[in-house]
Order: sequence, then structure tokens, then C-alpha cells
Amino acid sequence: MGITGGIARSALRQARIELRVQWMSWTALGWLVFPAIGLVVLFFLRDQDVMGSQVTLAQIGIPGLLAMNLVSTGVMGVGGQLQTERDDGTLLRAKAIPHGMQTHLLANVLVFTATALIPVIIMVIAASFMVDGITPRDPVAWLRFAGVAVLGLFATLPIGALLGALMRSPVVLGISSLFLYGAMAISGIFYPLGALPGWLQWVGQVLPTYWLGIGLRSALLPPEAVLLELGGSWRVGPMIIVLGAWALLGLTLAPAALRRMARKQSGSQVAAARDRVMSRGY
Amino acid sequence: MAMTDRPVIEVAGLQMSYGSTAVLRGVELRVDAGEVVVLLGPNGAGKTTSIEILEGFRAASAGSVRVLGADPLTAGEAWRARVGVVLQSWRDHARWRVRELLVHLGEFYRPFSTPQRPRPWDADELLARVGLADKASRQIMGLSGGERRRLDVAVGLVGRPELLFLDEPTAGFDPQARRDFHDLIRSLADAEVTILFTTHDLDEAERLADRILVLAGGRIIADASPDSLRRQVGSTTEVRWARDGLTHVHSTETPADFLREVLNAPGGPVTDLEVRRASLEDAYLSLVHRLEAASPEADTEAAVRDFIGSATASRHEEG
Repeated sequence: MGITGGIARSALRQARIELRVQWMSWTALGWLVFPAIGLVVLFFLRDQDVMGSQVTLAQIGIPGLLAMNLVSTGVMGVGGQLQTERDDGTLLRAKAIPHGMQTHLLANVLVFTATALIPVIIMVIAASFMVDGITPRDPVAWLRFAGVAVLGLFATLPIGALLGALMRSPVVLGISSLFLYGAMAISGIFYPLGALPGWLQWVGQVLPTYWLGIGLRSALLPPEAVLLELGGSWRVGPMIIVLGAWALLGLTLAPAALRRMARKQSGSQVAAARDRVMSRGY
Repeated sequence: MAMTDRPVIEVAGLQMSYGSTAVLRGVELRVDAGEVVVLLGPNGAGKTTSIEILEGFRAASAGSVRVLGADPLTAGEAWRARVGVVLQSWRDHARWRVRELLVHLGEFYRPFSTPQRPRPWDADELLARVGLADKASRQIMGLSGGERRRLDVAVGLVGRPELLFLDEPTAGFDPQARRDFHDLIRSLADAEVTILFTTHDLDEAERLADRILVLAGGRIIADASPDSLRRQVGSTTEVRWARDGLTHVHSTETPADFLREVLNAPGGPVTDLEVRRASLEDAYLSLVHRLEAASPEADTEAAVRDFIGSATASRHEEG
């Protein structure tokens, strides 16, 4: 079996328990409420066309909702989780047992992959009953959808890990979430990028959110929707390259940040966090 | 207790500073296999820092540290499997079930099992041992504070460690929980575990420790068995008695002679007689006070040196 097999099995067991714990609690309901509201709003916009095209606001908005869900779970979810675990002693416990830290971080990757993808899958299925022309048409389109979603997670999870490892206080993490929502606003995930001023379009096209959005639209929307995209193309090649580059950047930087975080984790740090929460409430 | 001459912990010249503040200024200590050693000291003396350095959670500023034959900072996973750490848990794994967490954490030790030390410790047996058998399927957030600490101890033991660290394990325990914990620690001596723990409870130190180390002023200022520590620092005995409606208190070096005098003295009958030997607490407080009285800062060095001279001599005579 070897050490690697042991780590993988422990991580799987931990992920299974964590997922059971998370999805059998009220927290899970919280993750589904916001997407549900989004779907209902878009349902009422199902006849509203976008910039005089055949495409409706609902058709644009649903991939946008999926992208937003993936990115916020990948970045804020992971970041917040790491911060919580650093404060509440989960990471210290992991550090005190052999191979504990590697296993724990691997389990977190599995947990957040599932936590990000489960609502997305539920939303795609629910939306297929509510709005026409937002369901993958064939197995190839389904595969493309899955591929883009996973690539999008790889591009965002490491960013979340980086933030969670580097940012000390929940307040700082909260502020950085404002930047995240700002980034989503200029990524064309709810309205075509072409509607923005030229310089903002350029900024938007650097962000992974834009490319995740276009990738999801390419998998979900009918072919004629491509006319709303910049240059009238789904730009599959550039999408893979840009998301891949973000993933590579994140996967290069995150392990070092996580190692530093793990190295600095100590009982005194946990005790300080406990005192902080006891006195300030967060 | 099964003491051998095999050192489990060897520390020499250990120093630790945070910025310009020196917390540890040359700690020397040695713990042999099978010993139960208690680290005492005033708040801020660096007990937690010292333990964290020994656990490999923190880098020392200077000095040499060997734990189970390796430098804890670079020792690796096989070393980690031989060391148990009892953490002060707070709210981690709140929704996990008690047995589930113990089984899960135990599995990490399975690759490090040996014929002499089968790892992990069976979860049900361990839960019974810490008195949590009937809580096995409870969610951890439903445990009381004392139960939670007992689970912490079980987690520290699940890998059948050769060396166990506990930092203030009984903080917040009620008297019954404390008594149970003491029984547990004493029973571990058979399991061939070397134990190093910190506490503020002198009574606890006296009950459990083979040896007491007092950390103050950044050094180990005393290193002796509870008995000899008490004898060497506070050799006086307090006699308290009442006669003819008056209460008297007297401290003496020779309680037997003094008592004979009191009883033979003319007057009414002696009532409410109480003879109290100086406690470990008296000894400890006197040690720390003398050290603090010897400061201002400049004099700390001399005071510490003085103490090390007087207080450690008895350790070796104890054997």
C-alpha cells in the first residue's frame, strides 16, 4: 500500500465524514438558498432578450450564476475554511500526527471540489426544467461542461488557499471578498463583456472569472449565442491557456504559503485566537 | 516506575527570544524513559514555549534539543508517530462523533505499528480507559468541558506514543474529573510512556510527578523529586494549637521537641492541635519569590545561578 496510499485513503475517509457533516447541517441549506433565489429571478427574466439577440437574460445569467458559485466557493470558501481551521486548532491537530497536514489539505481539496460542484450540478438540472436552451445538448457538451468546471476549480481553489494561508484576520478576508465580487462584475458573467468600456474589457479578460464564464456558456448555450461574445468566438484555446495559467500560478504559490502557515501553527496561536474570539466575538 | 538511563529528552543551552525579549535563557534538562516529569513555573515563564519547542512546533533561538534521539524540528513522520501531544481543543471537529474522530486519527499511526507497540490503540478500549465509552457516538460539540479534555487525552494516546506532552491538561476540570485524570496518568506508567506536562496545580504535581522542574527567570531553577524539593526549600513545620480559649501558631525546625514542650507546659488542656509540614506549594512559592526578590533584572542571572546550585543537587542524591 505504501505511505501515499495511506494518505489518500485517510484523506478520502476524512472528506467523506466532512461532507456528511456539512451536508447534513443547516450550512448546506445556506449554500443552496442563494443559487435558488438566483434561479427564481432568472426564471422571470426568461423572455428578456440580450442586446437585441435571440438569447435571453436567463440564458446568460444561469452560466453566470454557476461561475459565481464555483468562484466564491473556491476562493472565499477555501480561504475562510483555512482561517477557521487555523484558529480553532484543526490544523494544529493535523500537525501533531504523522502525515497529518498533507492528508488534511488533500481532504480539504476533495471536500471543496464536492462542495463547489454539488450545487452547480443541482442548479444545471433544476434550470433545465425552468428555462430553455441552457442544458448541454449532447454527451460532448456535458463533458465540456464538466471539464470547464473542474478547470475553473483548479484555477480558483489555490487562490483561496493562498488567501486563507496569508490573511490573518477574518476582517481582511472579508474585505478581499469585496474585490472578488468586483472582479465578477467586470467579468461579463451576467451581461456580455462588450457592454463595458474598452479598458474594463481588457481588465476583465485577465481574470479567471471571465474565462470560466465563457467556458460554461460555450458548453450550455446554443451555438447562435456565440454572436454575443467578443470576436464572435467561444475562444476555447485561449480559455484553456488562461485558466491553465491561473491554475499553474496558484499551484506554484499555494504550497509554499501553506507550508509557511503549517510551520507557524502552534498552540499559542490557537490560544490567542480563542482569546480573540472570546473577547471580540469573531 | 520503570526508570532507565535512556534519555528521551535532552536539552542543552536552550534559548528563545521574541524580538528583544528573552523568554528562555539557557534551559538544561533531561528526561529519561518512563519518567513522569512536571514542569512548573509562573505565568509567562516560558513553559508553553519550551513544550512547543520539544514538540517540534516552534524553532528555538539557540541551543541543542534532542527528543527521542532527533531534532524535533526536522525529525520527520516516523518520529512524529512516536510522540503524543495532548492539545487544548476548543471547537475543532465539533460535529464529528467521538469514536469516529478517534478511529480516523488512529489510522494515521497504523503504518508505524511495531510488534512491541501495536498502533493504533484500539478506539473502544481507549474510550473506556478515559471514561468516554458511553459517549462514543455523541457529537463532540455535545461533550462537557471535562469530557472534551478526556477526548483530547485519548487523541494524544491513540498512536501509543513513547513520549506524551500535556500542556495544562486539567485546566478547567472539576475535582472528580481531576481525580479521574490523575488515575489515568498513573495507569499509563505501565504502558511505557514517558510523560512531560505543565500545570499550575501543585497538588497535582505532587501526586503525579517522579520529578519536578521549576522554570523561572528563563532557566530551570529547581530539578528534584516532590519530596526533596519540599524538604530543601521549606524545612519548617507549622504547629497550631488552642489552650484556654487562645489560638497559637508557631513555626519550628524541630516539631517533635516543640510539641513535647507545648504539651508539658502548665495550663489547661490543649485543643485543636494541628501540625502541618511545609507543603510543596510553600516550597514552590518560596523558590519563585526568592528569585523575584533577587531581581531587578540585572541580578536575575546571579539569583538563577544561586538556585541552580542549591536546588538541583538533591536530584542525584534521590536516584
